[in-house]
Amino acid sequence: MRIEKCYFCSSPCYPGHGMKFVRNDSKQFRFCRAKCHRSFNKKRNPRKVAWTKAYRKTRGKEMSVDTTFEFEARRNRPVKYDRELMSKTIQGMQRVQEIKEAREVDFYKDRMKDAKGYKKAQAREEIANGLDLIQPAMSKNRVPEVMAKFEKNREKKANKRHDMEVN
Amino acid sequence: MEIAPLTPVVYNFKKIGPVPSATDMVDIVLTRTQRKTPTVIHPGYKISRIRSFYMRKVKFTQQTIAERLGNIVENFPRLNDIHPFYADLMNILYDRDHYKLALGQINTAKGLIDSLSRDYIRLLKYGDSLYRCKQLKRAALGRMCTIIKRQKSAFAYLEEVRKHLSRLPALDPHTRTLLCTGYPNVGKSSFMNKVTRANVDVQPYAFTTKSLFVGHMDHRYLRWQVIDTPGILDHPLEQRNTIEMQAITALAHLQCAVMYFVDASEQCGYTVEQQVSLFKSIKPLFANKQLIVVINKIDVQPWETLEKTKKSLITEMCEAANCTMMCMSNVTEQGVMDVKTAACDKLLQARVEKRVVGKKVDEVMNRLQVFHPAPRDDEERTAFIPESVAQARKEGRVGSADHKVKKTTAGYGVTKNDGDVDMDVRKTERDIMWEMGGPGVYSMDYRKNYLLEKDEEKFDAIPEIMDGKNIADFVDPEIDLKLAALEAEEDQRMAENQAKNMGEEPESDLDSDEEEAFSKIRTKKATSREESRINRKQNTPVMPRNVRGRKKDKHDVGLLDSVEGHLDGLGVESSGVKSNVRGRKRERRERNDDSVAEEMDLDTTGMSKGALKKMKKEKKEAPKRENSLARSHSRPREPSQVGLRDEEAKKVATKKEMTAKRAWSGLSGEGDQRKTVHLVKWMNTGKKRNGTHNKR
Repeated sequence: MRIEKCYFCSSPCYPGHGMKFVRNDSKQFRFCRAKCHRSFNKKRNPRKVAWTKAYRKTRGKEMSVDTTFEFEARRNRPVKYDRELMSKTIQGMQRVQEIKEAREVDFYKDRMKDAKGYKKAQAREEIANGLDLIQPAMSKNRVPEVMAKFEKNREKKANKRHDMEVN
Repeated sequence: MEIAPLTPVVYNFKKIGPVPSATDMVDIVLTRTQRKTPTVIHPGYKISRIRSFYMRKVKFTQQTIAERLGNIVENFPRLNDIHPFYADLMNILYDRDHYKLALGQINTAKGLIDSLSRDYIRLLKYGDSLYRCKQLKRAALGRMCTIIKRQKSAFAYLEEVRKHLSRLPALDPHTRTLLCTGYPNVGKSSFMNKVTRANVDVQPYAFTTKSLFVGHMDHRYLRWQVIDTPGILDHPLEQRNTIEMQAITALAHLQCAVMYFVDASEQCGYTVEQQVSLFKSIKPLFANKQLIVVINKIDVQPWETLEKTKKSLITEMCEAANCTMMCMSNVTEQGVMDVKTAACDKLLQARVEKRVVGKKVDEVMNRLQVFHPAPRDDEERTAFIPESVAQARKEGRVGSADHKVKKTTAGYGVTKNDGDVDMDVRKTERDIMWEMGGPGVYSMDYRKNYLLEKDEEKFDAIPEIMDGKNIADFVDPEIDLKLAALEAEEDQRMAENQAKNMGEEPESDLDSDEEEAFSKIRTKKATSREESRINRKQNTPVMPRNVRGRKKDKHDVGLLDSVEGHLDGLGVESSGVKSNVRGRKRERRERNDDSVAEEMDLDTTGMSKGALKKMKKEKKEAPKRENSLARSHSRPREPSQVGLRDEEAKKVATKKEMTAKRAWSGLSGEGDQRKTVHLVKWMNTGKKRNGTHNKR
């Protein structure tokens, strides 16, 4: 029994699930579910369909080049069964998976690091604009100090805009 | 490989088309003309059209006849073109002259009809009316048909010839042939039956075989023909009848091995002397042919006990003709095969010798080259028998000294007919299977034949899948090294990461107040979005408050309170909300709701909203009715209640109307009120992730 990869979305096709399509040039296509099968029949390119792994890897949203991938390769030379080797393999598999996951997390962080500055600016702007929602001008609870600080920020922004317009 | 005489046309006697009788021929021709040519003509047509119409008919008839007669003449074989054997045979059977005459007549008929049609077409060219053209055509066709009818006898004769011809035996005059001749009843047909698959009639009376019969047999991987002839009697050629002549023809024309049968027991009714004299008279026919004299029926009269004179006669005859003599008996089958073999071999020898003498042999010889491989060194190369097999053979476990196949019952279930099972044979898996219960019960554990380094691991259950991955993809003899490399790489990477993280900016530089404000804003926005979404879904158009008026406000008592509460939350003064609401006339405002009930001192506890409403309505209308009762009789009634007597009747009527309406709209019974849910939440909600369309 083998777990195959779906041709369209690259998810695992477990035994008893999915369909296989064999074309006239004897190339086989496995699909994990009807969604992938129908998309294939509609001649959609998996590289352009956002939810597939192929898309994610092409666009660099997921790690595609790494030494951990070399561990999982279909080797055509059968190896004679050896209990020790099998146990080592299983332990190795688990370790490789841990490392792979850690690397994926780092990859994500690395990908998102440029968003940090942008997100900070966005937060500030939202506070400045959304102040009225929580503390309207007529409110009695207005705390003068906090208000002063926000006012200052707002003025700063207004000046900046003014400068830009002038220039 | 003998060269067949080149014939420009190949005749197949079985494929000659049937010759119709004269009347049939006429029928065929005329109906064909009628079917295949246009039939409608009117006197009003142009004369050229009429002429061409009739000319076409005449021409068509002529063509049909010419075609058919031509086919007949062509299909029948030309006696000069076929093998002389067949030519002679046909001559004997059908008379050459008669045959040629018949075919000639048919040919002339064809020619006559051609000229006839030419003449009449010429005449038709000058026909001036439909009637005249028609008569001309009639005359033409009539004369053609008369010519055909005149050939009646020729047609009949040819049909007979064709039938007989198709039934002639398919003799190939060029292949290897054996011929059996002799007096009638000597045993020729019996010999044929013995040697070939033919089933010729064998009867005690003479001339049972009336024509040639052909049988086929195999000898030395070649096909041989055996021809059985009718018996020949001893009289001169001119006096011979048709049947005998067939035999003579065969003898004369076929290159074959002749077997002259002599009946030693004289059971055929002819003495040995007579048979010998016949031999002498047909000796010229045996020229250039291999000859074997066969003494038949030795079961009745053995050769040894034959009379001396007869013996001497026969031996003289053989010596004179320089041929071999053999004895055989059909009944006991003694010597039959020997005779056959001898005859075949003799013929083969003769044929080969003839070919060798000719020029064609050189061509073949030039293309053949015979190699005699010489040993290149003194090394002896014997068959290789492995040590184990040699040992086993010696012990008797495998094979036997004389290499005979031993029949064993190994591999099958023991039956009651088995005595001792041969124990020398090694126990096979099949034996074990049968011992353990049979094919469906026991199947061999192939793992016991595994060749592993450690035998105790042979019966391990090998894992295939773990954590959604195939273990076989990871198995690698060098996995240790690779893992070590990976670990090293990972350590290095972690170190680099740490170094990088030192110089990283923090995620956010907002302090706690700002954070709090930010989160508050976010939640506020989200809740207001949700509320508006919910309110939108209520699917009723909402009129602005100033238009819809205070009625809603009045029902929804809590709304103003919530507005107040909301403003309070924001820290805004909210005291003026309720009081600043636009004023209405006090009486009207007070008149609604519970105030009516209170006025009337009615007990409104436990009353449903509908009942309350009804009561209020009645009370409201009551004073109106009182005021107008004076003028009540002139108030117009509703048209649906015109015929009703009084209030009671009216009530009954309205109630009935209501129930009928409900039945009409399909809401009649209590069971009809329930509406089943067709969409189930768990089945239809959520994104279709890893499931299908009928489950999520």
